[in-house]
Amino acid sequence: MLSIFYQGMLAFNPPQDEIVAELSEIKSKLANVAADSSDAQDLTVRQLELRELQETIDKSFLSKPPAPSAREAGIGPALMGSIWVCAGCTAFFLPLGVGTAIFLEEFKPRNKFLRWLSDMLQLNINNLAGVPSIVYGILGMTVFATMFGLFGSPNEPFFELGTKFKRQYVTEGMQVVFVPVADRDETPTLVDGMTALKSDGSEVKLNIIGDDDDFPEDDATLAVSLFSDSDGGVVAENAWYSFRLPFGRSVLAASMTLMLVILPVVIISTQEALRAVPMSLRQGAQGLGCTPWQTVRNVTLPAAIPGIMTGCILSMSRAIGEAAPILMISGIVAISMGPQHLMDDFSILPLQIYYWAGQPVNDADPFNFQHVAAGAIIVLLLVLFAFNSVAIVLRQIAQKRLS
Amino acid sequence: MAVADTANQKPAVLQRRQFRSLATTRFREWFILAALACCTAFTLLITVTIVCLLVGQTIQFFSMPETSISDFLFGLTWSPTLGNEKLFGIWPLICGTMWVTVIAMCVALPLGLVTAIYLSEYAPKRLRNVLKPILELLAGIPTVVYGFFALVVITPALQAIGIQVDFYNAVSAGIAVGILCLPTVASLSEDALQAVPRRLREAAYGLGGTKFDVSLKVVVPAALSGIISAFLLAAARAIGETMIVAMAAGALANLTIDPRQQIQTMTGHMASTATGDISNFDVRYYSIYAVALVLFFITLTLTVIGNVVRRRFQEAYD
Repeated sequence: MLSIFYQGMLAFNPPQDEIVAELSEIKSKLANVAADSSDAQDLTVRQLELRELQETIDKSFLSKPPAPSAREAGIGPALMGSIWVCAGCTAFFLPLGVGTAIFLEEFKPRNKFLRWLSDMLQLNINNLAGVPSIVYGILGMTVFATMFGLFGSPNEPFFELGTKFKRQYVTEGMQVVFVPVADRDETPTLVDGMTALKSDGSEVKLNIIGDDDDFPEDDATLAVSLFSDSDGGVVAENAWYSFRLPFGRSVLAASMTLMLVILPVVIISTQEALRAVPMSLRQGAQGLGCTPWQTVRNVTLPAAIPGIMTGCILSMSRAIGEAAPILMISGIVAISMGPQHLMDDFSILPLQIYYWAGQPVNDADPFNFQHVAAGAIIVLLLVLFAFNSVAIVLRQIAQKRLS
Repeated sequence: MAVADTANQKPAVLQRRQFRSLATTRFREWFILAALACCTAFTLLITVTIVCLLVGQTIQFFSMPETSISDFLFGLTWSPTLGNEKLFGIWPLICGTMWVTVIAMCVALPLGLVTAIYLSEYAPKRLRNVLKPILELLAGIPTVVYGFFALVVITPALQAIGIQVDFYNAVSAGIAVGILCLPTVASLSEDALQAVPRRLREAAYGLGGTKFDVSLKVVVPAALSGIISAFLLAAARAIGETMIVAMAAGALANLTIDPRQQIQTMTGHMASTATGDISNFDVRYYSIYAVALVLFFITLTLTVIGNVVRRRFQEAYD
């Protein structure tokens, strides 16, 4: 365990000895060669490369995106993804879990058949808690991510909202321009003088080179020139409210799947919290003429809130560490940014650790992906310890208030 | 006449007050009850969907020309990708799962039970209040961390003490799963031991038993069904564990009696298949549903038996 901790600490400050050594070597070589020789130019280029590498390494481990080299790799997008998925999951499981627990615990039926039914539901929840999380992953993958294939594939969804499409062209002057189109399949007809967007958002007028036109000479015209038969790729731009069916490998699908995994745990812990509220409080409220719901809302629930929160926080910490269901939904995704909206691709910390741990290890290199994985583990464990300590404090409050 | 009038009229105090209609309150009560019932029905829907989905897609799997139910249940080779002939015999996967579970239980059961006996019978109350949250914290550690631990610590440690294990092997994965299951076994068994009534202990002490005698010969046998249920629930968890085996046990479905080799479990197969492309609806994709159905069936059986045993046990001492 200590070795993992030691390896992990390295990830926050990867060793740069070799780079520093090479830089000083270049410096001493540069002093010896003539300033305008080709050797000197090569050395200067290499020096710039190394400086750039050093800058990337120096960036914070917490904000860097994952990279093909261990020294440059960080957990930025994965950390953001974990936060998004955990928050989404909480938004789903909180009302459902607390609602179910209240129904089973506070509205116990008197009718014999209904009581049998409620016992069955309780048994069902206990058994759901024992279902392996990967089975929920399969459920989520089929029901949320692909929706049984009923609504087309995630790449060509049946329904889309808040998505704008653009065709991306590279002009003859090597400038990237975008032409907005109505939908995914539309190919715009390029006409002389039509407006297009540059990557910084400013508008330009395109100069289209037809079959009879001459090829333009000056740079300014070249920068906005396209051949009339040039082909561009589709770029989708999603607004923050974008939505699609099926959900695909999105944050939403992952949160809903995690909700399924966590729900039985939340229900059981909320039930325990409600059971800990003394019967005398409920009887007092009923004696004052409260209806069953008024009793729950004004008496039972406020008394049980610390206990419920303890259960929910522990469930959230379980949700953050859960990897198998998300693996079924999204697989391993390499992305450079955290999710921007609910339909965005994402990666989460545990999956990032899983991916890095599976990378081949080169024993000769003093710093490899194992160190990066260990660093990510430290961050994950710190988050969990924070959650757990809050939960423990809340539990103590709960016990004090009810005793 | 005057008497009848006063009987029909409300008392003077109540006449002056305008009572609000109860209709809205009644409707609100009804509406909230219905909403809560819907939440509860959702849990039932989850179970129904899991069963229907797995059964439906498994039927789809067996309707494909490459597969047959008899091959699946009695075949001894699992090779969904290699070679021209794809073979789907479940036994190698079950063998891998068995190895991991058996090794995990060999680690978790003795350690967990000893921990539970210590916590319940020996530990002073203050120490217990410290140890229990630590145990819970151990239960909260993500499974990828245990997987990494198996890969980086347990396998090299096994090699260092002279056990010739492969880089990916069933032993270290099993040990890691055992550590994962330890808190489950410990806390469930501890609950069972705590539920044994005081009078049994006092009677044993009265007969002159030592603390060791009382714990081992009276309390543990009395709590045996609770301990068995803890064992079954932990075994179900070990069978369903995915990330540790995906990381440390390898990816070669191997019908072997040697746990030092690499193996593949049922969950490992699902994870390695789904890591690919989910929109590729071929026979390999459908095989995960058939395997998931077997896994679901096994874990559900264990969980149901475990829960029933636990409930019986609780009733016995209530």
